Amino acid sequence: MNITELFAIAPIISITIVSLIVLLVEALVKRSEGLSYWISVVGLVVTAYFAIATLPLIGTAFNRMVTVGGFGSMFATLFSIAALLTIILSKDYLQKEHANFTEFYLLILFSTLGMMLMASAADLIVIFLGLELMSICLYVLAGFLRKKVLANEASLKYFLLGAFATGFLLYGIALLYGASGTTNISFIVQNSSTLSASPFFWIGLGLLLIGFAFKVGAVPFHMWVPDVYQGSPTTVSGFMATGAKAAAFAAFVLIFLHPQSENSEQVKTVLAVISAASMIVGNIIAISQSNIKRMLAYSSIAHAGYMLAGLAAGNQLGKTGILFYLVTYTFMNIGAFGILSLLEREEDKNLTFDDYAGLGFKRPFLAALMAIFMFSLAGIPPFAGFFGKYYVFVAAINANLTWLAILGVLMSVVSVYYYLRLTVLMYFKEGDMQIEGIISKTSLAVLTIAALIIIQLGVYPSSILNIINNLN
Amino acid sequence: MNFNITDIPLNSYLALSAILFSIGVIGVLTRRNAIVVFMCIELMLNSVNLTLVAFSAFHGNITGQILVFFVMAVAAAEAAVGLAIIIALFRNKMTMNIDEINIMKW
Repeated sequence: MNITELFAIAPIISITIVSLIVLLVEALVKRSEGLSYWISVVGLVVTAYFAIATLPLIGTAFNRMVTVGGFGSMFATLFSIAALLTIILSKDYLQKEHANFTEFYLLILFSTLGMMLMASAADLIVIFLGLELMSICLYVLAGFLRKKVLANEASLKYFLLGAFATGFLLYGIALLYGASGTTNISFIVQNSSTLSASPFFWIGLGLLLIGFAFKVGAVPFHMWVPDVYQGSPTTVSGFMATGAKAAAFAAFVLIFLHPQSENSEQVKTVLAVISAASMIVGNIIAISQSNIKRMLAYSSIAHAGYMLAGLAAGNQLGKTGILFYLVTYTFMNIGAFGILSLLEREEDKNLTFDDYAGLGFKRPFLAALMAIFMFSLAGIPPFAGFFGKYYVFVAAINANLTWLAILGVLMSVVSVYYYLRLTVLMYFKEGDMQIEGIISKTSLAVLTIAALIIIQLGVYPSSILNIINNLN
Repeated sequence: MNFNITDIPLNSYLALSAILFSIGVIGVLTRRNAIVVFMCIELMLNSVNLTLVAFSAFHGNITGQILVFFVMAVAAAEAAVGLAIIIALFRNKMTMNIDEINIMKW
């Protein structure tokens, strides 16, 4: 280890230090919520700065345990921004739910650290540790409102099924280690043609696929998604749907879209089938939901399906498409969950479609933001969601998966129904939503910025595509 | 008495850990008490540890054993969080049966 290696993983070091400071503040200061909130916000901004500063670096550090710069830094930036938005939006929500404790910010910071480790892993051990750090924090966050039975239930389901999936993932890692004698990802990928003679390699790869498919919430490993997203605190659901999903996709890409890898036809077919099943199940069940959080949960299954189409394609365009999709999806989904969290009232009030009737007249600005997020999720230009879908589907067509692209477009049309239903209710129906109480200016400012970024990425997608294409 | 881990063929270790893993999976899918389900998950993790240690001995490198240490630490953290979650639920619902934990469906 030397000093340059420490600088090379600056974003990871920075968020670790911030987490530890918050931990100490929690222990030493009474009523530390306000202080730790500001430390977290400043710390995440600094982390995002370091992540952007390390983008041009190349190579690995710490005996080929982590990759530095490029892909990992790109994701580190995304995770810091997602955590920043979540923390700012959570403050009002937690005060409303009488649960504004320092531990919340701490757990968000630690899970962000786990996500960054996953995205910059060069070794299966690091992927496993990052995944567990992220997941264990999220299990607690899911049940953070511990007096609500719904939150307890969500937390228990997430924990039991998450730990179950971890078992499969770990068995996969063990068998890959057995087949190759190492846990280094690039060694395994480079020698995959010789290793594939061993049955351990294939079983291990399959088990690894199951573990990741569970974490991204793809069919048939999606059973936990709707219950967990519905029961968790609303802003945490937004964080799980974006940060945790992006981290799992980052690990997916690291292994299955490695620059030196050539995915075999079997792997491609399996990924394509999972992708198709996720799109169909997610979109069709989302239609019948009356709770908006649950609708967004099923839609997140469908979005995992779209991104898996890029993964199944297995080409450079697919990788670019997934990264672009994850960036846009983070902003639009945290935005949508953020608005839900602002309007939600105690005992899960104001969460159904009918409650949103007439919002366009009472809160025109908030309704306009919600409409932008919904249009973007549906993939309607000029919003960024359209280009995300465009790139993954073009990648699928280039990889001779035209049937998957056609299915994806058809399912996007289905999704328009439930996204626009909310918009129609907001603007064309009278309703009697009770929204007394003020909505803080900070939260509104954050949501406005998210909406502006979605429009900016939709009008000039090249602004972020150039960065993605220059990654090593 | 001289005993070497490699005296027993690798396949025996792998078969034993595969059997333990399957018992764990079947337990998770069929048992109804949240704590028993959690114990079955621990069994799965430990059967993986056995696989790792066996491979480590037969490959002659230490990576697998290092991973086992990490897995044990992670499993301990997971146990702490998991039992806390189960207690929080028990306080509110007075049950551990996962069939009764079903407010949310579809």
